[in-house]
This record gives sequence, C-alpha cells and structure tokens, in this order.
Amino acid sequence: MLLQIVSALGVVVGAVIACSAYFYFSNKILDLALPVKDGDIRAASRNLNRRALVRPWLFVGPALFLLIVYLVYPVIATVVLSFYDRSGLQFVGLANYQWALGDREFRQSIFNNILWLAVVPAACTFFGLVIAVMTDRIWWGNIAKSIVFMPMAISFVGASVIWKFIYEYRGGNDVQIGLLNAIVQLFGGTPEVWISVPFWNNFFLMIILIWIQTGFAMVILSAALRGIPEETIEAAVIDGANGWQIFWRIMVPQVWGTIAVVWTTITILVLKVFDIVLTMTNGQWQTMVLANLMFNWLFRGGGDSGRSAVIAIIIMLAVTPIMVWNVRRANRELKGH
Amino acid sequence: MTAVGSYFKIGPARLFVHAAVLLIVILWLIPTLGIFVSALRDKDQIVVSGWWTAFVGSTQTVAVRLGTSDQQQQEGVTYVISGNVLEGQTGRSVKAFGNRVQQPAAFKAGETADLGDGETLQINSDGSYRYMKNAAFSPDERPKRIYASVSAPPQFTMQNYNTVLTGEGIGQSFINSLTVTIPATIIPILIAAFAAYALSWMEFPGRALMIALVVGLIVVPLQMSLIPLLRLYNEIGNLLGQPSKTYPGIWLAHTAFGMPLAIYLLRAYIAGLPKEIIESARVDGASDFEIFVRIVLPLSFPALASFAIFQFLWVWNDLLVAMVFLGTDKDHLVLTGSLNALLGSRGGNWEILTASAFVTIVVPLLVFFGLQRYLVRGLLAGSVKGG
Repeated sequence: MLLQIVSALGVVVGAVIACSAYFYFSNKILDLALPVKDGDIRAASRNLNRRALVRPWLFVGPALFLLIVYLVYPVIATVVLSFYDRSGLQFVGLANYQWALGDREFRQSIFNNILWLAVVPAACTFFGLVIAVMTDRIWWGNIAKSIVFMPMAISFVGASVIWKFIYEYRGGNDVQIGLLNAIVQLFGGTPEVWISVPFWNNFFLMIILIWIQTGFAMVILSAALRGIPEETIEAAVIDGANGWQIFWRIMVPQVWGTIAVVWTTITILVLKVFDIVLTMTNGQWQTMVLANLMFNWLFRGGGDSGRSAVIAIIIMLAVTPIMVWNVRRANRELKGH
Repeated sequence: MTAVGSYFKIGPARLFVHAAVLLIVILWLIPTLGIFVSALRDKDQIVVSGWWTAFVGSTQTVAVRLGTSDQQQQEGVTYVISGNVLEGQTGRSVKAFGNRVQQPAAFKAGETADLGDGETLQINSDGSYRYMKNAAFSPDERPKRIYASVSAPPQFTMQNYNTVLTGEGIGQSFINSLTVTIPATIIPILIAAFAAYALSWMEFPGRALMIALVVGLIVVPLQMSLIPLLRLYNEIGNLLGQPSKTYPGIWLAHTAFGMPLAIYLLRAYIAGLPKEIIESARVDGASDFEIFVRIVLPLSFPALASFAIFQFLWVWNDLLVAMVFLGTDKDHLVLTGSLNALLGSRGGNWEILTASAFVTIVVPLLVFFGLQRYLVRGLLAGSVKGG
C-alpha cells in the first residue's frame, strides 16, 4: 500500500523532471542547431527567424499532442465508427442510426434527457440567483454561501449515497429511516420506494444534481451582481421601485450575459449526467439517459461500438451549438484585446 | 451599506431574508449531516430509528426469556421468578412490555400485567421483573417468552470506519484514488502552462486557430472519446503484451481531458500579465524559456492553484474515466468505484455505505474548505466547461 503511494509520488517527481527536461533540452537543442554568431549577420538573423518559427511549437507540442490523440482523433473516429457494425470492422451505413430511431430505450433516454435539460439548468440558475441576491444582503451571507457551495466538492457517487439514504424505504412495519419517508409518514402519507416510481423518479434524481450545482450558479451570479453599478439601483430606489421590481427590472437584465453562461455550463453538465443515474437506478424504472445508455452499449453483450458511437454523437450534437457560441465569444474577446 | 441593503433593512423584509437563507442553509446541510451522523452510529441503531433521533437514543423491541422454574421461590401462597431482563446491559431501560408479539408494548414499565391462569408479571424500567403465579411453576414448562421495548441511549462508535477501511476495501481504494489523483493533477499543470505561455506571448501561425480549438474542446463530451480510446488502449496493450488498464494510462487520459480547461484558464491569466515586464525581460536578452520559468510561472501561482484544485476535485470525484481506463479489480478500484460497488452489494447496510461515503468525500471537502478562495477564482475565470 505504502509502496503504491511512494511510487505515485515518484511518478509525480519523475514526470515533473521529465517535463522540465523536455522543455529545457528541446530549447537548448534548438539554440545549438540554429546558432547565432556575431560574425555572419545575415546567417544570424536567418537563424533567429527560424528559431522564432520553431520555438512556439516546442512549447505547445506536448499539449497539442495530447489534445489531438485524446480529443480530436477520437471525435473523428467515433463518427466513423457509428457507420460500422458492433466490432467496428464491417461498414453498415446508417443501420445504427436506424436502430436508434426505432429503439424504445433510446427514445426513453432522449425523453429523459430533455426532461433533465428543461428542469436542472433552470432550477440551478434560478435558485443560484435568488440565493446570491439574498446572501449578499446579510452579515453571515458568506457562511451561508460556503454551505450551499459545499456539495460542489462532493462526487456524484457520494451525493447519490447521501440522497439514496434520504429516499430509503423500509418495507413492512419497519421504522422508516429515510428522511423523506419519515416526513411523509409524519403527515399521514404512505411511504413509497420513491426511485422506482416511473416518470417522477427522474425528478428525485434531478434534485441531486440541483443540490450539487446550485452553489456553482450562486458563486458566478453573485460575482456578476457585485459588478452592477450602484447608481442604477440607487436610482431605482429613489424612483420608488420595490425589492421585487429592483430584482427583475434592474438586476436580472444587467446579469443576462452571466445567466446565459451559467445556464449553458450546467446544460453541458446535464447532457453528460452519468454517475447519478448509474448509482441510483442504473437506468431501471425508466430513468435511462443517453450517457448511461452509451456506456451500457459500450460493454453490453461484449460491446457494440457502432450503437454506442451513435449515442455519443447525439450528445455531441446537442452540445455543438454551445460550443460554437463559446468559440465565437472567445474570438470576440481575443480581438478585443 | 448599499442602497439595496438599506432598502432591505426597513421592515420585515430583512427578517424574511434571514429566515429564508437559514431555511436554505438547513436544507442544504441536512443530507450530508445524515450520513455524517449515521456513519458514527451503532449499526443496530441505524436500522431501528432515523438518524435525526440519534441524539435522543432509540427504542427497539426485544424478545426475552424469563427465568426457569428452578429459580422460583415461594412467597406465601405465590411462587415468584425474579431477575432482570436487561442483565448485563448498562444504560438501557424498559419502556413497556407485553407477552404477545402482536402487542409488544401492551403494558407500561412498572405496571403489573395479568397474564391469565393466575399469572402476573411486573417489569420495572430498570429491567428487574417479578413473574408470579398462584401455584408452583411446573418444571415441564418452557421459560416464558416476553417482549419488551427497550430504550437505548445514543451510542456512537468508530467501529463502522474500522469495518469499511479494513474489511470492505475502502482503505485500499483510498490509496488507489491518491495514486490516480496526485500525478493526474500535477502533470497537466506544467504541460498546459507552457502551452498557455506560447498562446499568450509568442507569435506563430495557427495561434488563433489553436485557441479556438482549445475553447471548442472544453465542452466536447467525454463520451465521444471513450470508444476510440478504449480500442486504442487495447491495441497498445496487446502490442506491448501488457494489460491495457494501467495507472500510466489513466494519468495520461486525465491529463489530456483536463488540458483544454487548463490551457484556457492559464492563458486567460498569463495573457493578462503586464506587457512591460515581459518585454523588458526580452530586451535584456532573456530567452522565452527563461522568461517563462523565472517570471511567468511564479507570477501565475493563483491561476495554477485554481486549476490544480479543479483538476484535483474532478479526478478524485470521477467515476466514468476510472471505470473505463482503470478497471474494477481490487488493486485498481478507486473510491468512487468502490462506493458504487458497495451500493450494489451492500444496498441496505447503511452503516457501511455512510462510513464509506464519508471516507470518499472527506478529502475533497477539506480541499474545498481550505482552498475555497482559489476555487472561486478559477470558477469565475473558466465557467465554460460543464464539469
């Protein structure tokens, strides 16, 4: 056990040294290969120019290599594989896409994903905004913020255990040890196995993600709210606006851009939601979502790379508009520099 | 005080804000509190009472056999068997008792119950009982079985942690998680920092394209990478005659998956460094390598810390990448994977699940509370990646 940790630390040290050595020696070699001597001015300036051409690629080289091998190539390969059979050897045209259209489980996943997309980003953004506004007004706001933000540090699996304990159901005459069922019983209701009630169970899973992500929305929006010029709010107060009007008419319009960023960020997260569904229901009781279906097909019956690829592509298509929007925004910022 | 602040100060509006925030804080804390408390409770108590009653103790129904007929003593016309149903148990008390399983709490402690056939039974709250009959107890009779609802004081124990760390493989998984996380957090920082420097302060063709590529790749779902990479790993494993699921494999995978966000965050910061510093260093004849190591790297510490925390939380909490690239055998199972497996195999054993969950989340929580400042800064700079 200890050996494993020591070796991990050894790897860290080794990797840091290797990285540093790569950058150091590759730069050194470049300088040696293209010498700049005092004698021949023309050769010196030619070599200087060549150095300037090559050196950036030494700096970005390792990063570019990783990006291409682990992200760019796989995206292309996945698209190609979606036209091949389960083993990836036989070209089958659009057969995998046809299968997806007709598959009940696939349609269920699409439906559930849309449900998640409709509820979670909106709920997180709304709660985040409201909590940000309220906590900015009280002296212990920072403590409250810390607590709402805390679930961000908890893994989805950990959060699933935490919430599964809340939804816990005990059969027969056993005492209900799950908080939800205990409360239901207190108010005279009948305890239920909440996560196996089709359709509604989706919402019980969504609550987990909302619990985790509201803190994120709150932190970002809180920073944006602080950036609102005081004068606009003062003017509204002088004009006799009430708290409600100040919130909706003055504050919200001024942080629209940030709301959009928060919304899209959570949207991407929701499209990839996997751990929560895997640990809570594993897609049973009609809770399947795309990422889990994709994972299932990756290994189901020895694995079907074609069908799995089709599902991955659907997720990819859903994030593409956001990707384009992000790239455009980044380009605009770059030109503004 | 801000204008809105003073607005809210007036009247009950401010009180409402305090109450609403308090409610939210409680709502957000309760789920985690539930497992913290449960992990420390005795495993027999967890199943008989909700964790919110942990501090007031619990009540459970137990079946007890009274003494045998050879213990009987004659007191006048009655025969008495006496003893204590809580023999050898300290701190517990009897709340009620009964002689039928359907009504285990038919009589209050201290009452004398008429059991028919001339028998009476009295159990006091300290557990002492007197079982009386108007005739001798026959030696053929089996000892009488009665039911008592016994209240136990709150009991807290570290036993659950002991069990999960040694018996359930959580200890090993903890080590595995560290083995994955430490290199996968540190390696990408260096690689990304060099790239970020080049993208901020060096002119080269394709620079704008590469920045656009990085921004675009931030949101590419992991799912798009899994299939080809799994095939690639298997092929390389076959080629080298090695298993395809190894620690170096997952270090590289995490390094690469974290790379777009790392470059994006670090570039935003490094590009914002004062131009004068870097240009004057250039005029003094420093090479790009020297500028990077001596000036840019030390100045970028806050951004490096932000990304390190991000990457640490993301790698520690990851389940998908670990399942695909590291596998689920004992020497490779990380904490999230372990917890997921326990949910399947120990679904109802909450003492094990809660203690395991606590072990899983304690490290990120410490990192979170210790370094929250940097995390917030990183979030504000890079709120484009979806987890």
